[in-house]
Amino acid sequence: MLATTLQAARSQMAFTLGFHIILASLGVALPALMLIANYRGLRHQDADALKLAQRWSKAVAVTFAVGAVTGTVLSFEFGLLWPAFTGRFGEVFGVLFAIEGLFFFVEAIFIAIYIFGWKHLSPWTHFWSGLPVVIAGLGGAFSVVAVNSWMNQPQGYAPTTGKVTSVEPLKVIFNPAVPYEVPHMILAAYLVTGFLVASTYAVGMLRGRRDRIHRLGLLIPLTVACIATPVQFAVGDTAARAIAKDQPIKFAAMECVQTTSTHVTEYLGGRCTSSGVKGGIGIPGLDSFLVGWSTSTQVVGLDSVPPDDRPPANTMLHWAFDAMVGICTLLIGLGLWFGIGWLRKKDVPQSRWFLRATAASGVLAVVALECGWIVTEVGRQPWIVYNVMRTSDAVTHASGIGVTFAAVVVLYVALAAALIITLRAMSRRWRDADEDAVEGPYDPDSQAPPGALAEGSQ
Amino acid sequence: MSRADAVAVVLWIGATLYAIFGGADFGAGLWSLLAGGGERGRRPRALIDWAIGPVWEANHVWLIFVLVVLWTGFSSAFESIFSTLFIPLCLAALGIVLRGSGFAFQHSARRASGRALAATIFGLASVLTPFFMGTVVGAIAGGRVPVGNAAGDPVTSWLNPLSLVIGALFVATCAYLSAVFLVSDARRARAPDLERYFGTRALVSAIVTGALAAAGLVVLRSDARFVFDGLKGDALPLVILSIVCGSAVLVLLRRNARRGARVLAAGAVACVIWAWGVAQHPYLLPQKLTIAAAAAPSATLTSLLVVFVVAVLVVLPSLGLLFTLVQRNLVRETSTPAVQLHDEPGADTLRR
Repeated sequence: MLATTLQAARSQMAFTLGFHIILASLGVALPALMLIANYRGLRHQDADALKLAQRWSKAVAVTFAVGAVTGTVLSFEFGLLWPAFTGRFGEVFGVLFAIEGLFFFVEAIFIAIYIFGWKHLSPWTHFWSGLPVVIAGLGGAFSVVAVNSWMNQPQGYAPTTGKVTSVEPLKVIFNPAVPYEVPHMILAAYLVTGFLVASTYAVGMLRGRRDRIHRLGLLIPLTVACIATPVQFAVGDTAARAIAKDQPIKFAAMECVQTTSTHVTEYLGGRCTSSGVKGGIGIPGLDSFLVGWSTSTQVVGLDSVPPDDRPPANTMLHWAFDAMVGICTLLIGLGLWFGIGWLRKKDVPQSRWFLRATAASGVLAVVALECGWIVTEVGRQPWIVYNVMRTSDAVTHASGIGVTFAAVVVLYVALAAALIITLRAMSRRWRDADEDAVEGPYDPDSQAPPGALAEGSQ
Repeated sequence: MSRADAVAVVLWIGATLYAIFGGADFGAGLWSLLAGGGERGRRPRALIDWAIGPVWEANHVWLIFVLVVLWTGFSSAFESIFSTLFIPLCLAALGIVLRGSGFAFQHSARRASGRALAATIFGLASVLTPFFMGTVVGAIAGGRVPVGNAAGDPVTSWLNPLSLVIGALFVATCAYLSAVFLVSDARRARAPDLERYFGTRALVSAIVTGALAAAGLVVLRSDARFVFDGLKGDALPLVILSIVCGSAVLVLLRRNARRGARVLAAGAVACVIWAWGVAQHPYLLPQKLTIAAAAAPSATLTSLLVVFVVAVLVVLPSLGLLFTLVQRNLVRETSTPAVQLHDEPGADTLRR
């Protein structure tokens, strides 16, 4: 009974977080793209850039409103799914969520002001009113990811068993995993958003819409994403090395290292078994080299802990890690293609193959994002707080998680469908040059002006 | 006042703001649902849409605020509430998801059928959430939430007369608050017929709310003696003040007074919430868990209070800016039918 509850709770958490992480990424990075376009529009008197900024601000509003919903669900799930975890450690990590709530509040308010400001503020005041949105997005991302970092590298509380009686908030906030997890996630948000937005304009261009709006709509996000990608690769590489040190079992599971040894082979793909990797491409000594710059570096294996302390779904974990790194490498390739094309012609490459690659980059980036999340979350199992509290001890004793999980899947599928339909409908109307007909949440246009009310002409 | 008490006060401030602003929004959803379809309900709904507008999100952040303060400041209370009251909290969350989605898509759905569906979901969800939140409060006040992971009864803890009456009271309170607010909005929109429309509804819902509150007291007396005695004791001034405010609203509504009704209605609701808090002091979960016993270590409490002060300093001015901008511009626009999109060469004139 408890085992199935645990399974259902983990599935529901994975599903809702995996869903929210996409919207959260958009919420963090899309406002930045919007402001870049806005800045360009004002600075260079570029009407197309301004139009893009305005369109993106409406997309920000819709995705933010949906993200607020899925975020609220997550905060309920802290109690509905993991009451024992929050009951014991809420007083340790909770302050970070209080800070996040503050940023979220600021973000919500200034998104409303910015959307409203298109018509009611002077151009530059309006531009600056968007800046708090970007800053709050970064602050919010820091706070939430710092909680996850703390779950991976818990510190700053005592005693380590039983009821917590003392907390050192600064040690909690600036735990050892923060320096690599937080930048990794923020870069991921910019990368995913950049490629996702660029890919929609690439699709439009492939369908023959090669006007300036489309070229600019591809250029701005793709530039941001292509700058973020190589940085992300370096940060991710640092993170992997830090995990080899801080969470050796997670690392062993990512790389399918069964026994602690030196000269460990790096496998690309393959199936993880207790007797080593079956299939896949092996590069002798590379894993050791990547961990410590020398093939004689010792890498801790899964056999160093009892089977109960090892992460489940080893092969999936390994594949998720490989997929993330592989996709990042491909995206760096796309960035080089873009950069070289730009240097040669001072314009976005227009070849169909380049546009196809860009069109694919959005989905690929989302896959990489999800894979990264799988690596960090599944890799931490069976612990909810690394080496301190087991996920099985954190789960609720209430029954009915199977039902809520099923309901959540149905609801979220509908939510995703509605979101995609809405965004597509918006873009169709933009194409029909029917700019004003596009209404979103927070939009003053969406409200019947009092005049219309009085006349009954709405 | 101890630090734990101070955090409990912060928690109650958040709950009060959520009850007033979130509650008014929920009530608006209810009125939107009751306005009826087609031509008949079109104008009241238009007013509701206009009034609820761009500040919706901000109003509901208070809920997140309450949850976070509860789990950070009083983790074990959070654990106990969310595990024992799993069912009503899931249903309240369902309401929040549906409502939030309704908000996100209602205005962007172009086809009338899509809009109507979103509006109906929005309305139903507006009833679901306050009702089940009310049953949760009933369960807590009735002492049916023991400390621990799902230590209480998963069903009877919230499916009992006290919870049901408080659930109904919450829905009625939302309707009441919202109707009073909408009377002012109708006046701002210069729609006298809607002013009368919501004035009548405010009166009716005020009477229903009062009746349910009285029923709640009767049930409390037999079912939650500790809280009832608290209401008769330390909390009595607040109870009386709430009755005075509520009665004053009735008088103002009858006289079509221009000012004061909104503040007094909000005051009446706030007094009830604080009366509840005072009545069950020093308990967070009456007779099961005290504020002191549930409180987090002092460094956590201090940090929470610091974040709260920063929030007040940062968020309130921002929120004030938003409210001011929205109210000023919406009013001004009644006389400006066409507005130019700023700084866009060859900008289209925006039809309003």
